Amino acid sequence: MFLLRTDRQLAFLLGSCALLSAAIVLLILLFLVKESWPVLQHVALMRFVTDASWHPVQGLYKLTPMLSATLYSTLGAILLATPLGIASALFSRYYAPPFLAGCYRRLVELLAGVPSVVYGFWGLTTLVPLIGRLHPPGVSLLTGILVLTLMILPTVALTVDAALAAVPVAYVRSAAALGLSRWSLISGVALPAARSGITAGILLAAGRAIGETMAVLMVAGNVVEQPHSIFDSVRTLTANIALEVAYATGDHRAALFVSGIALMTLVLVLVGIAECFPRKRYYD
Amino acid sequence: MTAQRVRTHAIDMSSILRVKGSHHEQNEACIKVENLNLFYGEKQALHDISMEMPKKKVTAYIGPSGCGKSTLLRCINRMNDLVDSARIDGKILLDGENIYDKAVNVAALRRRVGMVFQKPNPFPKSIFENVAYGLRIQGVNDKRVLEETVENALRGAALWDEMKDRLNDNALGMSGGQQQRLVIARAIAIEPEVLLLDEPASALDPISTLKIEELINELKEKYTIVIVTHNMQQAARVSDYTAFMYMGELIEIGATSELFTNPVKKQTEDYITGRYG
Repeated sequence: MFLLRTDRQLAFLLGSCALLSAAIVLLILLFLVKESWPVLQHVALMRFVTDASWHPVQGLYKLTPMLSATLYSTLGAILLATPLGIASALFSRYYAPPFLAGCYRRLVELLAGVPSVVYGFWGLTTLVPLIGRLHPPGVSLLTGILVLTLMILPTVALTVDAALAAVPVAYVRSAAALGLSRWSLISGVALPAARSGITAGILLAAGRAIGETMAVLMVAGNVVEQPHSIFDSVRTLTANIALEVAYATGDHRAALFVSGIALMTLVLVLVGIAECFPRKRYYD
Repeated sequence: MTAQRVRTHAIDMSSILRVKGSHHEQNEACIKVENLNLFYGEKQALHDISMEMPKKKVTAYIGPSGCGKSTLLRCINRMNDLVDSARIDGKILLDGENIYDKAVNVAALRRRVGMVFQKPNPFPKSIFENVAYGLRIQGVNDKRVLEETVENALRGAALWDEMKDRLNDNALGMSGGQQQRLVIARAIAIEPEVLLLDEPASALDPISTLKIEELINELKEKYTIVIVTHNMQQAARVSDYTAFMYMGELIEIGATSELFTNPVKKQTEDYITGRYG
């Protein structure tokens, strides 16, 4: 390929930027490993699962209650937000009159921009008492799930909407010309064609839910215990780090970095799924 | 002036019927357009169109770009309903029933009036599923019925011999000409009465174009066909009747052989002799 001098300079500049962003991820991973190394040296990995409890000062490092809190709250939020988000995207794309669809889309975008601490406030003052009346104490896995759902709903709705908008007009027209009803057009043509975009949106939302700290910390109760029902108080991995890092020292501090690695691994697995999932069945 | 025009068309139609007088009963009108006006917002795109299209014949619409021929075609299966700003008055009768009547089920209408677009637009599914799709959404799931219909439709679209061993391949891997014939197969699989072809060969190479034209000749034994084309030679080759449109008005309609050799209107003559367009 023939490159002018300015082209080469630009290529160098762009290459450096690309390298930098890629390197940052690796550096973060390296940093996490380095910081957690002191505890990893004399504590076997399995002990983060098999220890009796999370009492890091006494040398007990059980992470599974927090890991399951993170997994359950993410899973619950995804289960609720996915159908809601898809339904709302379908409505605005295929059923709402253009004016209403426009307003509606602006509102959802606004919802996506609300700072998470505001959701936390609302959850704490409104949702927690409501659920407390249903089943005390109110601060619970369920409240966490509901707040998370609200937070990732706009992510799902907007990405699904974008994926549906990207369905070629030709498919929609030819489906209409075949005499398909609106719903058969959606279920038979639009959704399958938008499938990879929808999957990507859900995984993106899942990533956001895993990483969300503030709102969940405010409403979930932060008790380190394996939850047995959705009304139990839970502490997520992220909340645990946020709550303890300020005063943790030595092995305790290093153990928090281990939970950071656990979070990174979770997100890595999600990205891995996102990479191989949508390409599998391109058509049927 | 409007009434004048309508009367002129009526006379044109009767002269057509006289030309083909020996096959009178075959020439009953399948589609009748009556005083059709179409507006896109404020702009009027079709002006008081009245015409008839006989059963199991090919009617071609010709005219320069933007003359309204595709718009008129899309009125026949109400595809203009998808355009928010489009407003229509007048009637289109399909076998005597006004398709713009409030009681008409548009989806059912579109199953009776199939359509093929300029750009081949198969779904990103297998060849088999593309053709079977129209039936599946009507709830037909019997494997044998589906297989039989797909085979017949592909034979009808002159595609069976080429494709019978590739039915499970993705349709998007076919050539443009094959895709267009697949789309025709998809349209005829649900057994419409009318086929609307919107410049079906304009995105294709000459050999694929020829195949599509041969196909149109075979299809008219079973279907009433309306084709929009930019290509006057094509109109002359495939159609029984030709309508010339200009600036949203129907200038002239007549038997293709008549219209091309002996046009009534000066504008038609100018267009077919290449003086403008």
